[in-house]
Amino acid sequence: MSATEPLLEVDGLSVEFDTPEGVVKAVRDVSWNLMPGETLGIVGESGSGKSVSVMSLMKLIPTPPGRIVAGEVRFRDRDLLKLSRFQLRKLRGKDLAMVFQDPMSSLNPVQTVGRQIAEAMTVHDSKLSDNEARRRSIELLEVVGVPQADVRFKQYPHQFSGGMRQRAMIAMAIANRPPILIADEPTTALDVTIQAQVMEVLKDAQKKAGAAMVLITHDLGLIAEMADRVIVMYGGRVVEVGDVRTVFHNPQHPYTFGLMASLPRLDTQTETLPTIPGQPPSLITPPTGCAFHPRCRLKRDRLDCEQDVPPLREVTTEHFSACHHTDEMDQLIEEVSAEVGTDLTRGES
Amino acid sequence: MDSWARFRTHKPAMLGAAILVLYTLLAIFAPWVTPHDPVQQQLVQSLQTPSAEFWLGTDHLGRDVLTRILYGTRISLFIGIAAVVVGMGIGIPLGVVSGFYGRATDMVIQRIADIMFSFPSILLALALVAVLGVGLNNVIIAVGVAIIPIFIRLVRGQVLAVREEAYVDAARAIGASDLRILVRHVLANSWAPIIVQATISIGITILVAAGLGFLGLGVPSPTPEWGAMLGEGRNYIYSHPHMSTFPGLAIFLAVIAFNLMGDGLRDALDPRLRALEA
Repeated sequence: MSATEPLLEVDGLSVEFDTPEGVVKAVRDVSWNLMPGETLGIVGESGSGKSVSVMSLMKLIPTPPGRIVAGEVRFRDRDLLKLSRFQLRKLRGKDLAMVFQDPMSSLNPVQTVGRQIAEAMTVHDSKLSDNEARRRSIELLEVVGVPQADVRFKQYPHQFSGGMRQRAMIAMAIANRPPILIADEPTTALDVTIQAQVMEVLKDAQKKAGAAMVLITHDLGLIAEMADRVIVMYGGRVVEVGDVRTVFHNPQHPYTFGLMASLPRLDTQTETLPTIPGQPPSLITPPTGCAFHPRCRLKRDRLDCEQDVPPLREVTTEHFSACHHTDEMDQLIEEVSAEVGTDLTRGES
Repeated sequence: MDSWARFRTHKPAMLGAAILVLYTLLAIFAPWVTPHDPVQQQLVQSLQTPSAEFWLGTDHLGRDVLTRILYGTRISLFIGIAAVVVGMGIGIPLGVVSGFYGRATDMVIQRIADIMFSFPSILLALALVAVLGVGLNNVIIAVGVAIIPIFIRLVRGQVLAVREEAYVDAARAIGASDLRILVRHVLANSWAPIIVQATISIGITILVAAGLGFLGLGVPSPTPEWGAMLGEGRNYIYSHPHMSTFPGLAIFLAVIAFNLMGDGLRDALDPRLRALEA
């Protein structure tokens, strides 16, 4: 790690949900940290635990059925998981702010957009006058690129388009200049044409607020574009962490490689795209050992994959992988390349 | 089309509203509409059938039936509305707490609501009046309490639905307190069905209050109250049916008017509810 202190440290976080079918182990022993000003991407398929792990930071998961069974979240010398409800409330929206996935339902339909942005400030500053809150809300709407902000301020969410609503949500999130911004699939619910614009706004807002950002998505392209570092999650665990370029060009976990290989590429002619066989793991009875072993080509009938949970090991500088057999990655890449008839090794492009 | 436009084109609702406006005006201007006194007994002119002077006849104590109905509007509508305010005032907070916090709190409140629901409103109100004693305030309380479970159920259901909305999570994520979330986000999105239920409930409370009056457990005589008038006319029903027919009609019209307006409001405020019922 670099010389600066991490802003936020997540250590050994485990989260479970009680369901009629059994206990869902949504997040298992997840650790990561966030450096000041950086953008940290978290990728993984649905159910890999990426949203839950981040929602748990502010205890925003419903309890019950949810339960944080272990872990520590250190922020400014405090363990967020040990804070009282009141202390936690002071923190939400002020130190850690969220941009949610679906802007269509994340705004209260019976209140004006402006009032909701103002609310984000007034809940943390009761001395803030209505006029001042109004003035700053309009300013924020201008920052996120909502035209005619003074008119829009008085409008209701149904008068906003999806992209505009997400801009308003971003305005709400940066209202208190939080040091940490959490964006949970911020563009998934938007039209493709709007996605790029909204990401631009988000990036800009992050810069203006001077915030570090945790970006959750399953869009690898978005991560490549936005993030400095990336965490790959599978079956509730972190399987690979590292600098975005390093991880994308030189994946050191068979799952990450599978994800990259399954993306269509513009620079080569491909008939078939490599796929990852099998289904995502059950989180009620997850596979023993490495969660990925039933689908992994590198397993080759070895018992360690089935029995031992692979720890995150540093493969190259600042690049960690949770695989027992990272030394065979090059061989795997060659094999798959030969099968699909495309060179899947990625040099610097 | 906005709610008001939908309401305006709803003919039955407009009829109901018109009847209620008429009732309200007559109640307010009763002293100017009729030359008679609602309470003063005039035994010489008792039990007269409808005539040019007494449009709806007189009762056994010689009081003009029309005059008593008009003044009775004040009492009956007031009881009806006040009782709903009482029922909402207690039922809404209980429903909100029940739906929002769930678990043991929810269990306890819902079982109480179940018990209250198992008695017909009139029976519950009757029992309460028996305990509290007669009188205007006691009737309002008794009838109001009797309709509490309706609001507990309704509001709980609303809260359960709204609680799951993303904007409630979003409000929590900006650091809003439970109270703020409940009032500004959850309740603020639950008003439509509550308003509809309140309107329809006024019809129910008027009917229950009239029932109490009929049994002599309402507002004490000689205050003109529709239910009590109906009760007084009972002894003369064969010889002088006008004494109970007209107060009965007044009750009927008021209840119908509130129901029509409630239906219209429902269609206007939430067209989806109508689709569900069909």
